[in-house]
Amino acid sequence: MHTPVTVNQAELPEEVQDLSAVDWLRMYRLMATIRAFEEQVNELYLSRRMPGLAHLYIGEEAVAVGVCEALRPEDTITSTHRGHGHCLAKGARVDRMFCELLGKAEGYCRGKGGSMHIADPESGNLGANAIVGGSAGIATGAALSAKLRGTDQVSVCFFGEGALGQGLLYEVMNMASLWKLPVVYVCENNLYNEYTHYRETTAGDILARPRAFGIPAEEVDGQDVRQVLAAARRAVARARRGDGPSFLLCNTYRYFGHHVGDVDRSYYRSREEEETWKAQRDPLKLLRGWMTAAGLASPEEFEAAERAAREEVAQGVAYALQAPYPDPSEVTQHVYA
Amino acid sequence: MSTPSAAARGPAVGTVREITLAQAIREALAEEMRRDPRVFLLGEDVAEAGTPFKVLSGLVDEFGPQRVIDTPISEAGFVGIAVGAAMTGMRPVVDIMFGDFLTLAMDQIVNQAAKVHYMSGGKLKVPLVIRTTLGATRRSAAQHSQSLHAWFAHIPGLKVAVPSTPYDAKGLLKTAIRDDNPVLFFEDKMMYQVKGPVPEEEYTIPFGVADVKRPGRDVTLVATSSMVYVALEAAELLEQDGISAEVVDPRTIFPLDVETLVRSARKTGRVVVVDEGHRRYGVTAELAATIAEEAFYDLEAPVRRVGALDVPVPFSPVLEDQTVPTPEQVASVARELCGRN
Repeated sequence: MHTPVTVNQAELPEEVQDLSAVDWLRMYRLMATIRAFEEQVNELYLSRRMPGLAHLYIGEEAVAVGVCEALRPEDTITSTHRGHGHCLAKGARVDRMFCELLGKAEGYCRGKGGSMHIADPESGNLGANAIVGGSAGIATGAALSAKLRGTDQVSVCFFGEGALGQGLLYEVMNMASLWKLPVVYVCENNLYNEYTHYRETTAGDILARPRAFGIPAEEVDGQDVRQVLAAARRAVARARRGDGPSFLLCNTYRYFGHHVGDVDRSYYRSREEEETWKAQRDPLKLLRGWMTAAGLASPEEFEAAERAAREEVAQGVAYALQAPYPDPSEVTQHVYA
Repeated sequence: MSTPSAAARGPAVGTVREITLAQAIREALAEEMRRDPRVFLLGEDVAEAGTPFKVLSGLVDEFGPQRVIDTPISEAGFVGIAVGAAMTGMRPVVDIMFGDFLTLAMDQIVNQAAKVHYMSGGKLKVPLVIRTTLGATRRSAAQHSQSLHAWFAHIPGLKVAVPSTPYDAKGLLKTAIRDDNPVLFFEDKMMYQVKGPVPEEEYTIPFGVADVKRPGRDVTLVATSSMVYVALEAAELLEQDGISAEVVDPRTIFPLDVETLVRSARKTGRVVVVDEGHRRYGVTAELAATIAEEAFYDLEAPVRRVGALDVPVPFSPVLEDQTVPTPEQVASVARELCGRN
């Protein structure tokens, strides 16, 4: 089990010392947007206004924001069933995200993908994937493509620690290392493979797995956006230099259940554990605490950022709720290009 | 395997050479790679080895290891990588040595490649070709002999080509490479040395256009891939009995040229469908049902099916030879349909 520590006293890593208060506040705002978005998704779902499945990212915001902050717009990501945070961090719009979640025509996939399949090539998002580990090939292939096309694009593969059980991941890590592909494997260890603690499903040392392929791997405090960004910048720089893949094991926590309907969680984790993470390891609180102590922003600025995030989400969901559904005739469109 | 001349027709234009199906495949790949720098090859032993069937021999010499990439034995991994490369501006052609190994990459083909365009509302596309093999009688037993093309034709988002001649193989493969969708391209491993006329000049063959390999009046034999040769031999046998058989090769099982199949069925009134996949729930079932639905009132008899025996492919030649449709078997079924047995 993880033993949460109360405050992260780590020094500001060298890789992120160039960033200003404006940059950190922007990241805070983005994390607040993701949180407000997911809270709204929860409400939509519980009020039966959203069909299907929803897997909330609340608690893990620093991973998506920290990693995507290290990327350029033309860099690509692949995401997971718990992917709303990745999509927003890479540049998706809140209103079109809600449109997709509600199956509306203006959604990123014209309502054909839904919560688990948001793809937005314009922001470099090659799609969220509902097969655990299923996008490892796509992300690695995007890296091969970048290399063959002679660009310096970097590809990021987000996946949960549950994907460590999938063979595909090891097949593609092997090839990424052999061929020095510009890909960063970002493992979000939120401790639970659905309803099972990862220690019951994951033998040995996680970091030893990528290292066995010669891939540099490091463990990152996934609740501290400063540490995530620093590690991501190291990995992305290595990839862009042509030195090959990296693996980041980001330790984080999923505040809610595996999906929105997973309410009674007592059989797999304690309420006390959840409260400890929320109270002591919350990514927004940690960033705010450090910024406050460092004199980088005032309480008013944090509140303004949170208010703006809530307003963006409120406007986005209001827009999506009244937006039109696709014409039924679209059902047979886009089967073939 | 015999190669009746009727099966080896090409267009009578320009310079025509007799080349093998393997050469035709290699030419198609080389021409497309010269034409389009986005096209590259990926698979096990595709470079210096040129695959166990030597289909790709020499390509690495012309295009280099950057475009003819040897992979580890990781079908799911390199198919997945090809999907990602296809989504981001490349046009990969993957080699899956034996069609049986497609099972290892099913998630990447069925859940990823086939779905990406639709799930993204048309924004992403996967211009990917997966070349692979089908066909038994190579004494390779149950894990190197299956004909699994029906599985992929079942999945919306995929296209499936099953060429029978060098001419068709070359033209269809060029079309597959230029297609913006994932295409499964099945080559019967027993046909690589089959020769046929192929023009020097550039040509492509559109998907979804069947070819009448032999015209006839009394019965239609619809056949795919190497079963075209079985059907042509059956037609020769039937001719000795005074039965005129028409042999129709769909060439792609999706998209399917329903019109040509139905036109032939209406003309002859009797149809036998021959395919090397297992008979149950297979290509023969789909084609027979389609013809029955569309041409019911013109049929003199129920559409009959001849497929591989519904057993895993056995090793012993005595056993294996019973599992694959033969000309005698097809002719016998056709005679029954014509009331001539």
